[in-house]
Amino acid sequence: MATAEPKREAKPLLELAGISMSFGGLVVIDGLDLVVNEHEIVSVIGPNGAGKTTLFNLITGIYSPTAGEIRLDGESLVGLPPHKIAQRGAARTFQTLRLFLNMTVIENVMASQYGQTKVGIARAMLRTPGMRREEREIRGRAEEKLSFFGERLMGYRWDQPAYSLSYANRRRLEIARAMATEPRILLLDEPAAGMNPTETHEITQLIGKLRDEAGHTILVIEHDMHVVEGISDRVVALDHGVKIAEGTFEAVATNPRVVEAYLGASATVTR
Amino acid sequence: MSDQSNTPVPEPDAEQTRIGVDSWVAESEDRQARKRGFFGPAARGWDASPDPVKLFLFIAVAGTIPFWMSEGDLFVYGLFTVLYATLGLGLNVVVGFAGLLDLGYVAYFGIGAYGYALVSSDHYGIHWPTLASLPAVMVFTGLVGLLLGLTSRRLVGDYFAIVTLFFLQAFLVFTNTANPVIAGVGLTGGSSGIGNLDPLEFFGYSLTSVKQQYYFFLIVLCLATAGLYFANRSRTGRAWRALREDPLAAEVMSIPVNRLKRLAIVIGAALAGLCGGIFAAIQTAVTSSNFTLNVLIFIFAVVILGGMGSIAGPILGAIVINVSFQFLQPQNDHPDIKRWLFYGAIILFIALMKPWYRAVVVLVGTVAFGFAVHAIVSATTAASWTSGTVADSGSPSVAKVIAHWVVIPNQALHGGFATYAYIGLVVLVCVVRSVTGWWRTLVLIPTLYMIAVVWENVLAPNPAVTAEILFGVLLIVIMTARPQGLIGTARVEIV
Repeated sequence: MATAEPKREAKPLLELAGISMSFGGLVVIDGLDLVVNEHEIVSVIGPNGAGKTTLFNLITGIYSPTAGEIRLDGESLVGLPPHKIAQRGAARTFQTLRLFLNMTVIENVMASQYGQTKVGIARAMLRTPGMRREEREIRGRAEEKLSFFGERLMGYRWDQPAYSLSYANRRRLEIARAMATEPRILLLDEPAAGMNPTETHEITQLIGKLRDEAGHTILVIEHDMHVVEGISDRVVALDHGVKIAEGTFEAVATNPRVVEAYLGASATVTR
Repeated sequence: MSDQSNTPVPEPDAEQTRIGVDSWVAESEDRQARKRGFFGPAARGWDASPDPVKLFLFIAVAGTIPFWMSEGDLFVYGLFTVLYATLGLGLNVVVGFAGLLDLGYVAYFGIGAYGYALVSSDHYGIHWPTLASLPAVMVFTGLVGLLLGLTSRRLVGDYFAIVTLFFLQAFLVFTNTANPVIAGVGLTGGSSGIGNLDPLEFFGYSLTSVKQQYYFFLIVLCLATAGLYFANRSRTGRAWRALREDPLAAEVMSIPVNRLKRLAIVIGAALAGLCGGIFAAIQTAVTSSNFTLNVLIFIFAVVILGGMGSIAGPILGAIVINVSFQFLQPQNDHPDIKRWLFYGAIILFIALMKPWYRAVVVLVGTVAFGFAVHAIVSATTAASWTSGTVADSGSPSVAKVIAHWVVIPNQALHGGFATYAYIGLVVLVCVVRSVTGWWRTLVLIPTLYMIAVVWENVLAPNPAVTAEILFGVLLIVIMTARPQGLIGTARVEIV
């Protein structure tokens, strides 16, 4: 199945077993099984409305599945509120960007560290030494995450409001914000959407770096097949909430069912 | 020309980013806004000074007020400003930081006041020391806030506002009408409330004079300011702002949104309860009429006008709103002051007209038009048409000039004349709005005169109503000039 040479023994990190999701009578995900191993980059592809973003919403707890089981490192995530899931180690970005627009760039990355920090409101009001130490650590981690993006999000940009960033930089900031929750698995929802070829190339390299240097396991939704080809250890194709193909990029991209899902059935079949 | 000015715009994705370029663009709107307007220089100076300096400046100014102000003035201008500033700070946590529209906020203020009254008066014969009663009141109102905050889990936006507003009304009905009999005494004293409360007392010193109470309340305000300032800059403060920006994204980014909402409500409620306790002790009595919707609107105006989400905003808002409100009250003002403000505003309006000669034409025209109309009316009609008296006149000479300029009929004709003058003004304003150019300038002359007629005949004789109208106009003007509040920053919703 997967051809990327396993650097270490493949240990499943995220396991989805038979999850289904329906809104009223509309079945969006239907009995989906998916395993993401540690240190793996898995791409989810599929035409619009295939249920890709719903899949992310299920993993991060925005919806609860109508059936099935989601486990992160063996522990069930079903029924947990989203912030608990984030604390367990699943962080995501949004396809439609959802930054804290009126906060500064660095505040965005500091805010998402809430789950791993402890100092309460009373100590904050008194500004105790422990609080100040933790505050320094939060800022240090935020700077570290932002420096991951090289020149793009450095220096003078830290104290700018997030709304002043360019579209591509907002996407980068979303990734930095998700990284700051110290996730085991990073869920990227169309990281290259709306980017030009240079930026798309950059994001492809960045996703590789996220795995190799930052050590994140990555599940990514992407429409740009160049990106998918460049990053994926494994590709999963969805259509109408059902997994129609899984394997290497070459295998999935040439799979007749995938071609059919994207382009429609050939003329001879429909007649 | 256009070719030359078309300097190459740097590619946003060029390999070397041009450091500083887009930050400059991002700030250009801010800079534009700062150059303009009356508040520009003040805002710039304020921004340049570090925060502790600002607090110190505020304490230095506020601390010297009792030395030159009379006790009566200190009570209405000083003490009430500090009260509203502290209440505004608390509401700012709920509305400004966490973005919850809590319309029941005044109820916490009231609960604090009644709570203090129950444990520090002859009502039940309980006399707790202040050092016990004030913290107890804070804890209790905080718990009530927690209880009400539980509804914020499911109710968002307008629905939370409705529930909290209902809570305030329920509180008012409970204290005013229900008044359950407990231990032989009505719990809240009904419409007459609870009287004869103990004064604030610390280590044997009673705070009985307005000066002492003012200083105590000022200390409370400064402590609350410092505490909330630090809280705002902590992880909790960031989480509040994050959930105000986007609750779903905040939740997904490991922030427990519901718990933080409740925390904001509890902190706001506890601070309001503390204010209530101090307020009750200063008034030495509580009645439910102290906690009506008017007070709620007043506190909201303090927060919104000052700048939601900023720490100094509610303090500045309280100063502007309370001082101007008290200043306009009939019992506090000085003779003629409102008339000067009124004519001052009209002259300012004329002076701001664009070509200067148009302003001169309107000014001279309005003055001449008035005297001409007055002369014609007094020559062609009975004396009763111009024999009315000028209301609320501080100086006789001013009254004399106005009596020869504005047509003021005597008592018998006054009622009907006032009505027609008012209708005439509305018609003239409509005409002004619908014509342009020099026609507008010409129609403006009788319109301005009619405004003066309406002022002298309708508004000046009713100072209480006029105070409310002027106060409303002031709020509208400030809100129009600074929609984001006096020192708030404009929020960007969608880019």
